[in-house]
Amino acid sequence: MMFVPGNNPGMMADAHIYGPDSIMLDLEDSVTITEKDAARLLVYNALRSIDYGTTEMVVRINPLSTPYGKKDVEAVVKAGVDVIRMPKTETADEVRELEAEILRVEKEIGAEGRTQIMAAIESALGVVNAFQIASASKRMMGIALGAEDYSANLKTNRTPGGAELLLARETIVVAARAAGIACFDTVYSNLDDMDSFRKEVELIKTLGFDGKSIINPRQIEVVNSVFVPTEKEINKARAVIAGIREAKAKGSGVISVNGKMVDRPVVLRAERTIALAVAAGVISEEQVL
Amino acid sequence: MNKAIAGTLESGDIMVTIGPGEGLQVNLQSSVEAQFGRQIREVITRTLEDLGIKDAQVDAIDKGALDCTIRARVTAAAVRATGKDVWKD
Repeated sequence: MMFVPGNNPGMMADAHIYGPDSIMLDLEDSVTITEKDAARLLVYNALRSIDYGTTEMVVRINPLSTPYGKKDVEAVVKAGVDVIRMPKTETADEVRELEAEILRVEKEIGAEGRTQIMAAIESALGVVNAFQIASASKRMMGIALGAEDYSANLKTNRTPGGAELLLARETIVVAARAAGIACFDTVYSNLDDMDSFRKEVELIKTLGFDGKSIINPRQIEVVNSVFVPTEKEINKARAVIAGIREAKAKGSGVISVNGKMVDRPVVLRAERTIALAVAAGVISEEQVL
Repeated sequence: MNKAIAGTLESGDIMVTIGPGEGLQVNLQSSVEAQFGRQIREVITRTLEDLGIKDAQVDAIDKGALDCTIRARVTAAAVRATGKDVWKD
């Protein structure tokens, strides 16, 4: 998910050329208070006019507690955004308040249920309430960590190893999985240290995250190289899925692939590997088996 | 109507100044004036007409903005100049 400032038309026009899975146009922290009105109009018109292809379009709105939040919702829902990202989410009630606001606008234009919600968790209270937030609405498609505000709220600093974020990251992954939605890690801001960025992406993949937020197209390749399955992983997953299909056809519940017993968690991992490979375009649906 | 500005002089943007005028007067500076000048003026004029504005002086400095950016910047300048927002709340 690539962050793009909502008041920079040049970047908004070019962002999809680099092939991110999703683009998040920002109306919140990257836009000054005096430009909130202009950025909202830019994002509205860009969403309606620019062909972003299959790229998932997300807009980070201002909190509903500010004078800008409701206008942001009206603009981006009318423009047909895929996902609204709520900043600084701390309670399930805030999600439900946004849900009601979205529904109000959707009813006005006859598009009920079209807009999904992603909640950014950026405080200790948000982490404590992570599962309640993740399960607050059927529209919830994911939760994400916002590490800068979270670190400040914890009264600590970001470190290269990310020890200060470990509990929040694990809590967010567990909450997302328990609620059956996706989870996304925070941004890494130092573009001059791609080695540390790669280590962070490897860490968050190991923790179970579905993806990483990025601030520059240069970071896309690193994220894809960590998340996209290798040929060896894909072949192994294919063998597992072929084995389980063969066993099912024979009426057998237990199978072995290359001499190793294959049980349900192994099959689930194999299916996820294949799903990731298909999503990344490494293999097509027809090539699954 | 007061005088108001929206947009920047960055590449891909357009800076639009709107103030009181008689009829719609558009003064455009653009590096692509020869190819797109007429189209840019049309987008500016149509955007103002859609907002119900019939009298305004518009000065625009274009830096290669897409039509959607022109619409956004003209609308922002018009909202600032008139104080009438296009959103409900």
